[in-house]
Amino acid sequence: MRLMKSLKRDYLLHVMLLPALVLVLVYSYYPMFGIIIAFEKFSAFKGFFHSPWVGFDNFKYVFQMPEFPLVMRNTLIIAIFKIIGNLAVPIIVALMLNEVSKSFIKRGVQTLVYLPHFLSWVILAGILKDILSPSDGIVNHVLGYLGVQPIFFLGDNHWFRFTLIVSDVWKEFGFNTIVYLAALTSISPSLYEAAIVDGASRWKQTLHITLPGIVPIMILLGTLSLGNVLNAGFDQVFNLYNPITYDSGDILDTLVYRIGIVSAQYSVSTAIGLFKSAVSFLLISVSYWLAYRLANYRIF
Amino acid sequence: MYKLSWSRKTFLIFNYTFLIAMSVLCILPLLNVLAVSFSSAGAALSGSVKFIPIDFNLKSYEIVIQQGKFFTAFGVSVERLILGTLVNMIICVLTAYPLSKENHRFPLRTAYAWLFVFTILFSGGLIPTYLVVKQTHLLGTIWSLVLPGAVNVFNVILMLNFFRGLPKELEESALMDGANHLVTLVKIYLPISLPSLATVTLFTMVGHWNSWFDGLLYMRNPNDYPLATYLQAITIDAATLKNLTMNDPETARFVSDRTGRAAQIFMTALPILLVYPFLQKYFVKGLVLGSVKE
Repeated sequence: MRLMKSLKRDYLLHVMLLPALVLVLVYSYYPMFGIIIAFEKFSAFKGFFHSPWVGFDNFKYVFQMPEFPLVMRNTLIIAIFKIIGNLAVPIIVALMLNEVSKSFIKRGVQTLVYLPHFLSWVILAGILKDILSPSDGIVNHVLGYLGVQPIFFLGDNHWFRFTLIVSDVWKEFGFNTIVYLAALTSISPSLYEAAIVDGASRWKQTLHITLPGIVPIMILLGTLSLGNVLNAGFDQVFNLYNPITYDSGDILDTLVYRIGIVSAQYSVSTAIGLFKSAVSFLLISVSYWLAYRLANYRIF
Repeated sequence: MYKLSWSRKTFLIFNYTFLIAMSVLCILPLLNVLAVSFSSAGAALSGSVKFIPIDFNLKSYEIVIQQGKFFTAFGVSVERLILGTLVNMIICVLTAYPLSKENHRFPLRTAYAWLFVFTILFSGGLIPTYLVVKQTHLLGTIWSLVLPGAVNVFNVILMLNFFRGLPKELEESALMDGANHLVTLVKIYLPISLPSLATVTLFTMVGHWNSWFDGLLYMRNPNDYPLATYLQAITIDAATLKNLTMNDPETARFVSDRTGRAAQIFMTALPILLVYPFLQKYFVKGLVLGSVKE
């Protein structure tokens, strides 16, 4: 009834939503039915609905693959360290920026540190491959002056994960400070005035006013990042890894790509993808719920 | 003015040094690659190029430009950027407006909103999405780079949160004066939403310019690759540029695959580097406004 009434009264609002609705149904919801190929021996000729059913065989195959534990481990390690770095470094930078009173320095710093966020991993991977090259890259050249042997950052399993994590934090820390800076500016100046009257030093003010002021946003971003535990960053890894570094850098998403697109095993690839989507869905739901409970966060 | 205490002064010096070091760290890699792109092949090979080009020349850029493929890809990217941004923005605004209405005003709002938000939470994954793009006959066309990602739910949320912050009286008086929702959106809402619009437009444009994976997936013919995909393909496979320099010893003195690649990386990044400083003040404002909720 409500639907009919609304359709009649608000038809224009419905019409406005129509294009997005159609696109989402076709390109987001329809593919969700496609996950049934994870339970089939999919054949492109027979299509989604007519390929033979194999139950959980594809999942059994995936979980028994020798790469699977390795890939799970890589995904978790890379994602978790990225989450920690991407939470901690921006807080520090935001607090430091907050102490700067000269606005041109503040603006200049912000302009420069936001920049890498806007460049794609394709461009940055090209740049990283160049500057990190063991033979002619500038980084190893500088390390050479300091008496360090050339390090093969992108071709050595000891260094590859480290390089991934550090370069990701490098790319995103600037942009991630925006949220903290916004939180800092919303702290009431009267709190600081009162603290100064009470004789609090700068350090005491930071400790008792500034930090507590951004705790809610720290909790919010911390809980929301929980949903990313299986997202180790496809773009970055795909553009930086090579067969030598599969051992330390191969993640769920790159495995899905290689098995699905390169070796055309659609069913197996979709099974891995479904495993990841299902776990991620659970984690994101939990993280949104936590964000709501802890920080009263709503998406819209 | 009171005098700064000794400890405060020490802190400030440390703070400025730290922040300037962090900022420099963000552009030095770019400057190094830029210097390499202007240097001769030999200088690049010996690893002696720091931040100032050695044997300055533009040969690498000439080679890249002469090689038609770069421009074909550039053209595909421009086409995608214009088409994609237009489609994304129209859909974003049209979707955000109804979803920004109060529940009692538009009872189905919550149902619609969750329908869209659910697509952030769960997706069919790589292969099923690819198969649907194939079934809808988009493979190999520019639309495969535009339509599947045309509804960006994050941008819609940013936009709708901004709309919700606008005074209700504006809409009420417009509707009272006989304007319908579409007119209200275009004539009343959009003109006062410029910071948010600029932010979302910037993000959308950068997104389209930088996307490479869908090009790799959906384009059959490498001549249809957008620039980012083209660049991705050549940085993975270095052989492409080498062939060009082999024939001519004069060129080979200045151009190596390293300087050539550096030139291409730079030319791909250039549009973003040019546009970014002008839009920066908008996106900082737009992001903050869009995230504020009552």
